[in-house]
Amino acid sequence: MPIDIDLAYVARLARLDLTDEELASYEGQLQDILDYAARVQALPTEGVPPTSHPLPMRNAHRADEVEPTLDREEVLAQAPDRDGPFFRVPPFLEQ
Amino acid sequence: MGDPADLTIAEAGRQLRDGGLTAAGLLDAVRRRASMTEAQLHAFLTIDAEGAAAAAERADAALARGEDLGPLHGIPVALKDNMVTRGVETTAGSRILAGWVPPYDATVVERLARGGAVIVGKTNMDEFAMGSSTENSAYGPTRNPWDPGRVPGGSSGGSASSVAVGSALGALGSDTGGSIRQPAALTGIVGMKPTYGLVSRYGLIAFASSLDQIGPFARTVEDAVGIFEVIAGHDPSDATSYRGPVPDARAGLAEGPEGLRVGVLRELSGEGNDPDVLEAFERTVDALAGAGATVTPMSLPSCADALNAYYLIAPAECSANLARFDGVRYGPRIGGDTVEQMMGATRRDGFGPEVTRRILVGTYALSAGYYDAFYGQAQKVRTLVVEDFRRAYADVDVLVCPTSPTTAFRVGERADDPLQMYLSDVATVPVNLSGDPGISVPVGVDRDGLPIGFQVIAPALGEAALVRAAAAVERLAAFDARPALATSEGAA
Repeated sequence: MPIDIDLAYVARLARLDLTDEELASYEGQLQDILDYAARVQALPTEGVPPTSHPLPMRNAHRADEVEPTLDREEVLAQAPDRDGPFFRVPPFLEQ
Repeated sequence: MGDPADLTIAEAGRQLRDGGLTAAGLLDAVRRRASMTEAQLHAFLTIDAEGAAAAAERADAALARGEDLGPLHGIPVALKDNMVTRGVETTAGSRILAGWVPPYDATVVERLARGGAVIVGKTNMDEFAMGSSTENSAYGPTRNPWDPGRVPGGSSGGSASSVAVGSALGALGSDTGGSIRQPAALTGIVGMKPTYGLVSRYGLIAFASSLDQIGPFARTVEDAVGIFEVIAGHDPSDATSYRGPVPDARAGLAEGPEGLRVGVLRELSGEGNDPDVLEAFERTVDALAGAGATVTPMSLPSCADALNAYYLIAPAECSANLARFDGVRYGPRIGGDTVEQMMGATRRDGFGPEVTRRILVGTYALSAGYYDAFYGQAQKVRTLVVEDFRRAYADVDVLVCPTSPTTAFRVGERADDPLQMYLSDVATVPVNLSGDPGISVPVGVDRDGLPIGFQVIAPALGEAALVRAAAAVERLAAFDARPALATSEGAA
């Protein structure tokens, strides 16, 4: 079953700035992988609930008390770019 | 007199306590082994010589004071590079984290330190734990000490290779779809994936959060239990950490297989396995029956479909988890006029092909219009797998099948065929979906002298039964072969 995939759109959603050649080289492999994975669609799952997690989950609450946090300088020392106590990034909007 | 690098953890522990060995001396022995084998194997990304020497010194001083920190006191242990270590570079095998020095320790790292372990270094892995051969590392592949022309399995191939060759006595790996058990099988050692939630994931760089679980590599089942005891237990920093008591895995070591109800998992124990693998598997099952276990064939039809579902669920979770690597807070950045351009360029450059493929598959499977048909359907199949296991455990205590359908394959053999690579995990993936524990134990070698792994799986929190069966398999198989690299160097 051919799977309809707009790879350029998916790459944009994933913030992967792939070239046209790279997109083309992934396309066949992704078709194969999705064809294989899509065999789950043929299985009888009428009325079967989804499982998102192996354990029954409940919220993990704790008392609202101040606890030690990471050292700000140690964290910012790893940043590719910073401005004082902030991470610095390029503009969000084109100028 | 043997080389201390070849000791089991249990034996090294006895010698450390009776004064025949020091932690510093043991560290020297594994460092020597590493210096003789690393050029061929490349098991490590970072060797922390200073940190290890200081830890060994502390371990010796504590023993001299009469303080005993437990089964890993003074033992050299290797750590997969997706577990963060404060002050020691951690890359998860990816270029996108090149040079990153974490500002905190993973909970397992704290627990190892508290238990007196000596962390020797960070081991190589498939980038972000995505792969079955350790060829997907941005820093070059790891080789198999049984034959350096072959892969050690993956994704925890560096950890497996280091324990097999003796550059560590034990190691931690992470298992999302088989990444501990499969490399253990391919390198002739023991690898255990505990029940989901028993070992904290805090500080484990996330791949697929509902599947990821940290666990031990060692050369014996007893040693794997020793590591498990140190790292298991509730951690408030991991919201998915199990709150109840840790099962008594050690209790299973002493019990024999008499009366143990063993189910042979039919869908994974026949066709599709290499004949040598199957022969060693069946011989071991017969031995279990001969030793008093009750052996029953069990059919779990959904296990045949688990891998298909896994290759939607794991990429979907990875595409969300890996969104955090965007060039903002850590790692290298490629410039751009806008933040979106910067992120797109940084991620394109920072991720290798397999990680890129899985992000694309996962993003697609979660995208509007396709969610129900792909991710939603895979989650329902996950329920079928969980229900099949639950039904089976009404009749048996453990299930068994070969860990990997083949022994170690050649470097490069599956590198260009992602689907063929994925099939390496066909027998290991089902228990990641169900959250149950699994263990691989070496039981023989194939026609080329390459090790074969036998997998035992048990219900959630059934570590005692898991270890009972695994210890019986270990005794019955009496596997004592050693990899070419360890023995030739050991004799030198």
